Amino acid sequence: MATMTDPPRESFRLSMLIYDTRYRSLTIQVIALFAFMLLVAWIISNTVQNLASLGKEVEFGFFSEPASYDINQRLLDYTSRDTHLRASFMGLLNTLVVAVLGCITATIIGVLVGVARLSRNWLIARIMTVYVEMFRNVPVLLWIVFAMAILIESLPSPRAFRGENATQSLILNDSVAITNRGVYVPEALFSRSLGDVRLFGESSLRFDVSLDLVAIIAVLAASFFVFRRIRIWAERVQNETGNRPTTWHFQVAVLVVPTFILLAALGFHLGKPELKGFNFAGGTHLRNSLIALWIALSLYTAAFIAEIVRGGILAISKGQTEAAGSLGLRPNRIMSLVILPQALRVIIPPLISNYLNLTKNSSLAIAVGYLDITGTLGGITLNQTGRELECLLLLMLIYLCISLTISVFMNIYNKRVALVER
Amino acid sequence: MQKSVFYGALAAAVVIGGAAGAATLDDVKARGNLNCGVSTGLVGFASPDASGNWEGFDVAVCRAVAAAVLGDPQAVEFIPTTGKTRFTALASGEVDMLARNTTWTFSRDTDLKLDFIGVNYYDGQGFMVPKALGVTSAKDLDGATVCIQTGTTTELNLADFFRVNNISYEPVPIETNAEAQQQYLAEACDVYTTDASGLAATRASFESPGDHVILPEIISKEPLGPVVRHGDNEWGDIVRWTLNALISAEELGITSANVGELSGGPTNNPEINRLLGTEGTLGDMIGLDSEWAQRAIMAEGNYGEIFEKNIGENTPVGLARGLNAQYTEGGLIYSPPFR
Repeated sequence: MATMTDPPRESFRLSMLIYDTRYRSLTIQVIALFAFMLLVAWIISNTVQNLASLGKEVEFGFFSEPASYDINQRLLDYTSRDTHLRASFMGLLNTLVVAVLGCITATIIGVLVGVARLSRNWLIARIMTVYVEMFRNVPVLLWIVFAMAILIESLPSPRAFRGENATQSLILNDSVAITNRGVYVPEALFSRSLGDVRLFGESSLRFDVSLDLVAIIAVLAASFFVFRRIRIWAERVQNETGNRPTTWHFQVAVLVVPTFILLAALGFHLGKPELKGFNFAGGTHLRNSLIALWIALSLYTAAFIAEIVRGGILAISKGQTEAAGSLGLRPNRIMSLVILPQALRVIIPPLISNYLNLTKNSSLAIAVGYLDITGTLGGITLNQTGRELECLLLLMLIYLCISLTISVFMNIYNKRVALVER
Repeated sequence: MQKSVFYGALAAAVVIGGAAGAATLDDVKARGNLNCGVSTGLVGFASPDASGNWEGFDVAVCRAVAAAVLGDPQAVEFIPTTGKTRFTALASGEVDMLARNTTWTFSRDTDLKLDFIGVNYYDGQGFMVPKALGVTSAKDLDGATVCIQTGTTTELNLADFFRVNNISYEPVPIETNAEAQQQYLAEACDVYTTDASGLAATRASFESPGDHVILPEIISKEPLGPVVRHGDNEWGDIVRWTLNALISAEELGITSANVGELSGGPTNNPEINRLLGTEGTLGDMIGLDSEWAQRAIMAEGNYGEIFEKNIGENTPVGLARGLNAQYTEGGLIYSPPFR
């Protein structure tokens, strides 16, 4: 006769933490976590001890002291009497400028090269291959220094523009000067300017916003809104009657006329650069350091983006091209209407990491004397105040914030182009 | 158990932290060579010659210290540092001392936890421009583009000078003297500014030095001297008194040629005897043997010899003694007595 007995009630023994598969992974994780925390605690306590033995404390008071150094490219008002915080802020803006400019041009060049590399034209495809391999396989620092050396050594100095028998002259109707100190282009001036509005008072983060620029952007936005309304109206008429009304002249007028009226009202004119003393004065000065950094970072990152774009396009089945072709679309439109929109789904995620790389690579700016956040906060401020730990921790935090912000926006865009599954 | 491991780690951290701060002399002796931070290359002060041996006015100080401590002037590892990296290199223990045209200032001496052990060159900041520009005074430089090494006191003096005189300029920040030279010669900047001695040294390496002038204005005081870490006073004493020995040797007429003869036996000048160790126990007091100063002087000669050989008027750098003459000759170079 079979007897049914309850299975023996298992009591928990300590050895089960290792031998019982139900607990083992938990045990290992707990031990690993403890070991990791110990390591971190050791590093922190070691740092604090070492700083204490040197007589240094972690403090950020130096930020409110005068920086005492000048920054050549400053987007907002700054003098050497402003604080270290203000100097760091100028550096941050310089980093953002070169990162944004770099990302835009790298994307444009990258997409063009990526498409061209797949061209059936043998010569174009090969040239693009050479470009991609050259830029991808040489460190970006060398390209930055190389670009700077070319600009400095091959372009004329301002002195060549001076005097009766000048060997150089301004180009484009006497308005653009290309020198080995940078490119001087005309600047937009307003004789009846609306002035500036100052945000954040007199603090170190004060920010002057030009009301002229705000007005122009507002008018352009309003024009664009009306432009869209006209198109929607035209489509509705077309759907109802089958005849599309001619609207292009309205649309062009809506886009152009209000902006022109505004510019005339503000007294818009161009300020041309003129040789004055040692340098050109007036106009906007695009410094060599910015141009060299911008060109080198764009071309370097574009080589990677080109490969991503090529990979994205190759990921789309050839049937799509053939189907589009059989509908009578021409190759250009096949690419822009059928292939690229689908390829974007493959392209966007690796593109994000290339934008992040470009932004981080911009920290090599000091090699050409471009004062970005690494050059100001992590360079001169660090050196003059001797606060290595504070400056570097803050610098890392700032780059982290910039990178995370880029990621957030690109991820939102990625969601929009992602395949919608039903 | 976890707790004891933690305290163990903490204790280890304390030991490591403490070890970084003290006993540079023992470290140097155990290692058998001196790590000396120098500039990345400034003719006359510190630059490698054709066969890679470092030579120059600052290099000689390192060699004298190595000779005094280790008995061998060649037992030096020269570590090139930029204006930005030099203090971190010293504070982290990567170098034992700096001999690198470093200006003695209040905040560096106190806040940066460095110890300046003396002055081996009294300098001031000047400006160099191409002769063709026709500039005769630094106050004519309104609107000029100025090349400037970052992380230096000259960067701050420059900003102050232009602001106080109410003239504008365009700074071009660069990292090393070599980069400055490249930009200046390509006319990417109109002016190069650094310590006047550095300008003279840089100009000496140009193809046609005569085409460039150093403007008369000296806009700052730049006392340059060797630096050690704050807190290791024994090591600071050794470096300080090695420099003073070189200076006293010039004053007392001890040269690399006659130091052997003078240390043969007591002379009738007791200060020479004390310095060269034939009388008294000065060596013991700083933890070295009695011949330490003899070896330091033998390495590259006395202060005057070092000056003449590397940056004096018969060299391409061509600097006059000026402020850097002995106090007996109307200069500022003055060593406390060896007593």
